[in-house]
Amino acid sequence: MTRFGRMLSLLVLFLWGLAALLAPALPLHPEQIDLQQILTGPNEAAWLGSDDLGRSIFDRLVMGARTSFSVAIGVVVISAIIGTLLGAFAGYTGGMADQVLIRVIDIFLAFPGILLAIALAGVMGPGMDNVIIALSVVGWVGYARLARAQVLSLKQRDHVAAAIALGTGRVTIVLRHLLPLIASPLIVEATFGIASMVIAEAGLSFLGLGVQPPEASWGSMIRDGARYMLIAPHMVLAPGIAVMMVVLAVNLLGDRLRDYMDVRILRPGHAPVSPSRGP
Amino acid sequence: MGNYLLSRLLGALLVVLGVVCLVFLLIHLVPGDPVEVMLGESAQAADREALRVALGLDQPILLQLVHYFEGLLQGDLGTSLHSRRPIATILVERFPATLELAGMALLFAIVIALPMGVMAATHRGKAMDYGAMSFSLLGISIPNFWMGPMLILVFSLWLGWTPVSGREGWASFILPSITLGTALAAVLARMVRSSLLEVLGEDFVRTARAKGLPEWQVIWRHALGNAWLPVITLLGLQLGALLGGAVITETIFSWPGIGSLMIESIQKRDYPVVQGCVLLISVSYVLVNTLTDLFYAWIDPRIRMGKER
Repeated sequence: MTRFGRMLSLLVLFLWGLAALLAPALPLHPEQIDLQQILTGPNEAAWLGSDDLGRSIFDRLVMGARTSFSVAIGVVVISAIIGTLLGAFAGYTGGMADQVLIRVIDIFLAFPGILLAIALAGVMGPGMDNVIIALSVVGWVGYARLARAQVLSLKQRDHVAAAIALGTGRVTIVLRHLLPLIASPLIVEATFGIASMVIAEAGLSFLGLGVQPPEASWGSMIRDGARYMLIAPHMVLAPGIAVMMVVLAVNLLGDRLRDYMDVRILRPGHAPVSPSRGP
Repeated sequence: MGNYLLSRLLGALLVVLGVVCLVFLLIHLVPGDPVEVMLGESAQAADREALRVALGLDQPILLQLVHYFEGLLQGDLGTSLHSRRPIATILVERFPATLELAGMALLFAIVIALPMGVMAATHRGKAMDYGAMSFSLLGISIPNFWMGPMLILVFSLWLGWTPVSGREGWASFILPSITLGTALAAVLARMVRSSLLEVLGEDFVRTARAKGLPEWQVIWRHALGNAWLPVITLLGLQLGALLGGAVITETIFSWPGIGSLMIESIQKRDYPVVQGCVLLISVSYVLVNTLTDLFYAWIDPRIRMGKER
C-alpha cells in the first residue's frame, strides 16, 4: 500500500476518533427535532441534510461515532484482557485447565459470526451496556486462542526456565516474562478487532438491538435511512460511508501493521494466510 | 482413517453438547423474570404460572437441562409462545429458504472469486492484481447491512430490475445472494491468489510448462488442481460466517428463512424460538466444519496420519 493511503487512513481514524472524543463539547444538536427540515438534502445549515425528524445528520453522525468507538474500544479492551489472561495461563499451566479451555473455545467457535451476540443482545434487551457484554462474550475467544498458542511456543525458552529456577511464581512468570513477548500479535489482533466491532455494533443497532432512540448509532441511522431511501438517499448514504471509511482505514493499517510485526496469526473464522512465494 | 474419523466425530459431538448447554442457558439470561418479560406486565398470575410450568422454569436448573436434552433427542424443541406451534415444525418450514440463500451466495462468491484470484496470481504485481486486491479489500470493508439497502436503491427502486424483497422467482435471489456473498468472494479471491502463487513456484508447474502445454492448461488444470485444498478449508470455515450473516441479509430482504425468524422472534420475545434458531444454525455450522475436515483428511493423507493441533 502506498504511503499516501496509510496517511489517509490514519487521518480518517484520527478525525473520527477526535470527533467521538470531543462530541459532547461540540455545539451539536443530534436530538433536536425540526419539523421544517424533515428529509431535506444537504444544505448550508445541515451539511449532510436532515433525517425523517428533521434532525441534523451530521450531528448524529458525530454522536454515532462516539457510540461506535465507545462500544468497539470497550469490547476490545474487555475481551482482550479476559481472553489473553485465560489463554496465557491455560497455555502456561497446561494439563486439565488447558484441555477445558480448548473445549470451551471450540464451543464458542461453533456459533458462526455474530450469531451468539445477536441472540444475547436480543435476550438481554437493547442498550449500550448489553451490546458491550454480548460482543465481549463472543470476542474473548480469538485473544484466548492467540495468547495460548503464543505462550505454548514460548514457555520452553531459557529465560522462563531461569525464572522457574529462581523460584519465581507462576503468575509473575506469565505476567512479566511471557506477556510482554506475546504483546505484538495481540496488538495486531486488537487492531482488526476494532474494525470488526465497529461493524458488529452497527449490525446489532441495524437490527434494533443496539442503543435505543433517540441516541444515535451508525447502524440505526442506516436502518432508519433505508425506509426513506427513495426520497432521501442521503440518510442512508452518510452513515454507510462513515462505517465503510473507518473499517477500510483499520483494515489498511492493520495489514500494514501485520506486515510490520511479521507474525502469522490465526483468527476465529479465518484460515491462516500463508505467505505467498513468487513464481 | 478409522481413528481419525472417530476422534473427529467425538469432538464434534462434544462441541454440539456444549452448544446445547449454552443455548439452554440463553433463556436464563433474560433480565428479571423471563416469564414476565415474555408475557408482559399485564398478564394474569395464572397465565404466568402456566407458562412457567410449560417452560419448566419452576424446576431446578439441572433438571431443566436434562429435560431440554430429552426433548431434543425426540426432536422436540418446545412450542412457540406466539403461534403455539411446535418450534421444530417452524424451523423445518423456514430452513430451506436459508439453505437456498446460502447456496446461491456461495455460488456467487465462487464464480466471482475464482477467476479474480487466478487473474491476480497470474498477473502478480500488475494492475489487474492491484484491482482484484482492492476489490477484495473493499468487499471485506462494506458491511452487508449497508450494501443490501444500496443494492435495493439502485437495482430495485431506480432501475426496477429486481424485486425489493421476498422470495418469488429467480430474480429475487440476485440481490440477497450478492449482499451475502460479497464478503466471502473477497476473502476467497485472496485465498485463491495466495494459494495459487504458492503452487506456481513448484517443479511440476515448470515441468508442465516445459512440456509445452498452453498456459491456460498449466494454470487451470495443473496449478489450480493443487491449489484448491486450502481453499476448501477456508470455504468450510466461511460457510459459518455465511450462515451468521444470513440473519442480517434475510432481515433486509424479508427473506423467509431462519435468520429473519430469529429477529422476528426476538422482537416478539418468543425466546424458545430464538433458542431453536441459534441451535439449528450453530449445529449446521459444526456439521459443515466436521464434514470439511473429514473431506480434507480423505483427500490429503498427511492430515489423518499426523496429529492434530
